[in-house]
Amino acid sequence: MIDLRAPLNGEDIKSLKTGDEVLLEGTIYAARDAAHKNIVEAIHRGGVLPFDLKGQMIYYVGPCPAPPGKVIGSAGPTTSGRMDAYAPLLIEQGLRAMIGKGNRSREVIEAMKKHGAVYLAAVGGAGAYLAGKIEKVETIAYPELGPEAVLKMNVRNFPCIVAIDCRGNNIYDLK
Amino acid sequence: MRNIQYEEIKQAVKSAVIKANTLLPDDVLEALELALENESSSRGKMFLQVLLENAAIAENEKMALCQDTGMVSVDIDLGQEVMITGGSLEEAVNEGIKEGYQEGFFRKSIVGDPFIRNNTGDNTPAVIHTHLNLGDHLRLTIFPKGAGSENMGQLAMLKPSQGIAGVKEFILQVVREAGANACPPLIVGVGIGGNMEKAAYLAKKALFRPMNVANPSPDIAILEEEILAGINALGIGPQGMGGDTTALGVNIITFPTHIACLPVAVSLGCHCTRRVTIEI
Repeated sequence: MIDLRAPLNGEDIKSLKTGDEVLLEGTIYAARDAAHKNIVEAIHRGGVLPFDLKGQMIYYVGPCPAPPGKVIGSAGPTTSGRMDAYAPLLIEQGLRAMIGKGNRSREVIEAMKKHGAVYLAAVGGAGAYLAGKIEKVETIAYPELGPEAVLKMNVRNFPCIVAIDCRGNNIYDLK
Repeated sequence: MRNIQYEEIKQAVKSAVIKANTLLPDDVLEALELALENESSSRGKMFLQVLLENAAIAENEKMALCQDTGMVSVDIDLGQEVMITGGSLEEAVNEGIKEGYQEGFFRKSIVGDPFIRNNTGDNTPAVIHTHLNLGDHLRLTIFPKGAGSENMGQLAMLKPSQGIAGVKEFILQVVREAGANACPPLIVGVGIGGNMEKAAYLAKKALFRPMNVANPSPDIAILEEEILAGINALGIGPQGMGGDTTALGVNIITFPTHIACLPVAVSLGCHCTRRVTIEI
């Protein structure tokens, strides 16, 4: 198990190998379908982004509302493939890590290799378990999107597996 | 004639959606525990342990098992001697869902239009199928299903000449293409026969049957076992990262069909397949 500080630095990203189990601590941003669409539109028209993408890590998640006494409801990863249409541009703009579940397109993997980014998988469907690893949540953009708003999250002991490393080795390529 | 009040239906549906989203059905839990014993991949075992821990946390803390609390399918068996008063049956179901999703702190995942994509804010409407039959009962199966698995379902209108071999091949292809996206280990629902919409409906309905209840047809039960073995030989494994447990079960429903047709639909249930049946 490798302890990692989020956002990841370039050395960390290079050292990670597909199959490595990691525990994240630090700041990550939650964004999924509708937020990605907005972010990409903002990039195209030169508008303001919800956060500076450089070096950052996006978690593909749309959590449940926080019940009383909790910072967040169930919060497991969504299927990353739906963000494949947007991810290469975000990587080009500086995004360095993504957390989700499931395989990525060739275009995303090429962008990861070119710019040195990594893709981590969290356990799909373990939303209640993963919610317990999130310590602080703040809505920073697109509140009108409800469960698809962009959130800034502080996580601790958040478990992931390196699914695709920055060299393009892919855990989903089963012989 | 038996009178059932709108309010009673609404309250029952509300409780059922809360239960469905927080409590993994017994048969799914048992299947995951058995898979943990049999899985040979250590990574696969680790995932299965996390899923069992997740179910325990959800139950103890009354939290949603999965953040994708789904679009709710509701299958209704209504006796024709029942009279519903105080409002419509469908409205009672939708209002129950609305209140349950609010009270349970569940995610609202429904958009009002497939292109405009504005969130309806209350997780309605549900997809409701009502069957009228003899008697004075009212039975509802509540089935919230997440989109990760729902998006990976498929339907094929095969040629009758393709027969059982064609059906098997298609099911394996659907599971292979779903890979990690549908959150394996899966429960594989299959509808065979009828016409296009009937097959799709039956595939979903097949997921309602608990895995510890045998198929009423012994021949189809054997076919289910064969297909399950084929799926688990694919090696996709828990979370799609390799292993023996790609599916926990295969449930098939068949129906009469046209002389020219062999429709087959596959609805993939994730490892967190949630369902509750209530009788009012």
